[in-house]
Amino acid sequence: MSMHLFRDLENVRQELLAMGGLVEEAINKAITALVNRDETLVAAVLEGEEVIDQKEVDIAENCLKVLALHQPVASDLRFVVACMMVNNDLERMADLAANIADRARFLIGLAPISIPEDLIGMTAMARKMVKDSLDSLVNEDAALAREIIQRDEEVDETHRLMYQTVQDHIRQNPDTLDEAVHILSVSRQLERIADHATNIAEEVVFMVEGQIIRHQSDAGEMPPK
Amino acid sequence: MISPAEISSPGRVVTTGLADGVPAGGAEAHVRADSFWVYYHGKAAVSDVTLSIPSGQVTSIIGPSGCGKSTFLRAINRMNDLIPGATTDGGLYYDGHHVYGEDVDVTVLRKRVGMVFQKPNPFPKSIYDNIAYGPRIHGIRDRSTLDGIVEKSLHRAALWNEAKDRLDDNALGLSGGQQQRLCIARALAVDPEILLMDEPTSALDPKSTARIEDLIGEFRGRYTIIIVTHNMQQAARVSDLTAFLYEGYLVEFGETEQVFTRPREKQTEDYVTGRFG
Repeated sequence: MSMHLFRDLENVRQELLAMGGLVEEAINKAITALVNRDETLVAAVLEGEEVIDQKEVDIAENCLKVLALHQPVASDLRFVVACMMVNNDLERMADLAANIADRARFLIGLAPISIPEDLIGMTAMARKMVKDSLDSLVNEDAALAREIIQRDEEVDETHRLMYQTVQDHIRQNPDTLDEAVHILSVSRQLERIADHATNIAEEVVFMVEGQIIRHQSDAGEMPPK
Repeated sequence: MISPAEISSPGRVVTTGLADGVPAGGAEAHVRADSFWVYYHGKAAVSDVTLSIPSGQVTSIIGPSGCGKSTFLRAINRMNDLIPGATTDGGLYYDGHHVYGEDVDVTVLRKRVGMVFQKPNPFPKSIYDNIAYGPRIHGIRDRSTLDGIVEKSLHRAALWNEAKDRLDDNALGLSGGQQQRLCIARALAVDPEILLMDEPTSALDPKSTARIEDLIGEFRGRYTIIIVTHNMQQAARVSDLTAFLYEGYLVEFGETEQVFTRPREKQTEDYVTGRFG
């Protein structure tokens, strides 16, 4: 590989990892803002979103530059294509973190309500999926990526159950309708964050193995030896 | 025509990790090498190559300098016979006939298996005589028949419009790109079935290169094309199948799209990504 290509690929890798770190931090801050009713963290997430948006544009431009100047093939090509897709997923995750921060801001302005235990569990699952998806990207770990894909169903199921939980809560506490709706919205944002972590995991499998496993019901299963 | 699944079937991978290149399911192989070797003064330049090149498709042979790709190409129409000390072993078949069989008429073989070289090499004759040269050798004397062959060949090589008003001009007056298309027309004039191309665009500018690549695309289905190229983007652009040779051995043979996006062998991966070679 030419030194020029190596340098440009490494640059994309470092930028993407830095962006991944920012997105992970934004999600963590948004959730903490919600649980701790912390307006400072809400502001930090919303301000950080602009930085992430700019990073997304920079990374997309650098990926295009690599494609145009070096015309990479094989693993280098898969890496650049995967980076472009991961870049898009990370930016969407940052948007969702900002949505959670928005919900937190509304909730801070309302009377405190207890956060459903399932939602706490769901935040832990989604955060772990985000962290692991980035680790699988860094370490080019397709086995971990496949495991993440399998976890998504659990988050989806928890989100489905959240509807019932919120309905029950509203029936018992009709005066907290607004709060409950915001909580349900947070659940929805977390479920979508987990979907994007799943996308990243699928992109890691593509990058490592060259197989496109999107839209496959058995995507999380290991390929036959 | 062989299907991608038949080529890329994991079951077809043999000891060196390469596809053995034998089309499955009775697919038609136009050229087939079976443990084929070429030696120069006893030193192997092509080693134990087994592959089948299907009819009507474009097959690229890639690999670093000295890997044996041009030697393999030249073996197919016995151009290596002209090199002192060149010997072969194993099987090399064309339409099922052994290329190195005792009963092979090399002139007839080269009529059916045409060749285009790296550097355009027109004869120092008129454009017309360059094209008519081969048919005349094969006994065609009738002027109107030769006229028809010249026009058809120049049309197929996309040179007719540029050459039709100067057929009696010396071919050496053509530009490099035109000379190469003339050489292609000359090869087509004897109505070959296979066209061997040994780095046919490496001496040409990008525009002339694009015209030759377009021609290769138009020839698909009509001729079986085997092209040796150092330009991997060219191999990726023009060919249906790609064979990677390294130090005389066939490392990998498969669909071009697969070889350039998901090579099976690490050596192929390292070569196409420029990590060695």
